[in-house]
Amino acid sequence: MAGSSGLSVKTIVAIGIGSALFVILGRFASIPSFIPNTNIEVTYALLALFALLYGPWAGLLIGLIGHTLKDAIFYGQPWFSWIIASGIFGLIVGLLTRRIRIADGEFGGMEMLRFNLAQLIANVVSWLVVAPVLDILIYSEPANKVFVQGVGAAISNTLTVAVVGTLLAIAYSKTRTKRGSLSREA
Amino acid sequence: MSVKMLTYTNQNTPIHRLTGASKLLFFVLWALTAMIIYDTRCLLAMFVIAVVIFAVSRVPFKQYSFVLYLILIFFGLNQIAIFLFSPLYGVELYGTRHDIVHLFAWYTLTWEQLFYQFNVALKYAVVVPIGLLFLLVTDPSEFAASLNRIGVSYKVAYSVAIALRYIPDIQQDFQNISFSAQARGIDISRKEKFGKRLKNVVSILLPLILTSVERIEKISTAMELRGFGRGKKRTWYRARPLRKGDYIAIAMILIITVACLVITFADGSRFYNIFK
Repeated sequence: MAGSSGLSVKTIVAIGIGSALFVILGRFASIPSFIPNTNIEVTYALLALFALLYGPWAGLLIGLIGHTLKDAIFYGQPWFSWIIASGIFGLIVGLLTRRIRIADGEFGGMEMLRFNLAQLIANVVSWLVVAPVLDILIYSEPANKVFVQGVGAAISNTLTVAVVGTLLAIAYSKTRTKRGSLSREA
Repeated sequence: MSVKMLTYTNQNTPIHRLTGASKLLFFVLWALTAMIIYDTRCLLAMFVIAVVIFAVSRVPFKQYSFVLYLILIFFGLNQIAIFLFSPLYGVELYGTRHDIVHLFAWYTLTWEQLFYQFNVALKYAVVVPIGLLFLLVTDPSEFAASLNRIGVSYKVAYSVAIALRYIPDIQQDFQNISFSAQARGIDISRKEKFGKRLKNVVSILLPLILTSVERIEKISTAMELRGFGRGKKRTWYRARPLRKGDYIAIAMILIITVACLVITFADGSRFYNIFK
């Protein structure tokens, strides 16, 4: 899969359906947390899972398209810095989990650790670096405000993906047939 | 759970008659320009143009009123947050200081801060009408064709088309699943405790995601059988040729973009300083 022109049909459909899920979950399934103005966004658990299942390009584009559509349809205005951060989040998770073969039902302790390490790195890069820096560059907002928002988002998203995302990945892997799971009857 | 969203309705106005491609181009350039510049004069001019265009489109107020309230709330919170975190950010930006009144602790209201936050407000006010309008007057099925027209690869354009097509279906799925879960005592509303609520959300997500994965398999198989992705290019049923109105719209947005950038950066800064 080199470049967007080489996307497989399955990836294209996964991007479409993933973005639609992103929109719906972002609107209906986010839970207000104890920290004001910060929600438990289950959408990022979904995004991490789809990046794991369908690869980095799917992660990037679901983040970009899904977040843009969600902002546009429900709030009337896309907030570009956070949209780009969502895309980067999906891309990084996808890149770092490339070698996990979840489609073959492999998601044990090692893979879990790997997946969570990937999402931790992705969260730190997107919410502590990309989103606040773009907020300052694009919207020229005060630095301390955007970094506090970034820290809030990074913590809550990491925890959400760690709990919800891991549970979803385990459940998904159980629905797949394991490679070499057949055994010869004696 | 009937939640309103911004949807397209067909009306016959000069704005509605534009092709999707020129609407998209207009929106993208407009949003980018408003994002880059901080020049009050340009922003004010753009705001007036935006309001005029909105009036020409004659979209009924109740089609977007609910979103407007949401935007106002979010916008108010953001303004308060900016002031709470950086009450003297304006002073830093404009390099002068004119105090109005000392409030409490380290919070002093200055003209610079007021002017800076007024500019932030203006940036919103410029983008919101055009953003809303774009969603209200663009036919979703024409949207994919127009994305492809302005240079996005047709495969990505198709992903967007699929997303728009399946949002209502997935919303229906989500509703069905959460209703049947509620019937079994799994509640995700505010009444449930936080930890329990999170757990219940997972038990609703799981069937939703598994059905979606299945749906992806089904759709991609169907598309593959029809030979999707074989050709380098693709034609679109909903693509329309550009008309006179489109050329006027495109010329207009190009002039606005160039003019705003030239005026803004003529003095080498993206801010317009009234304090010097």
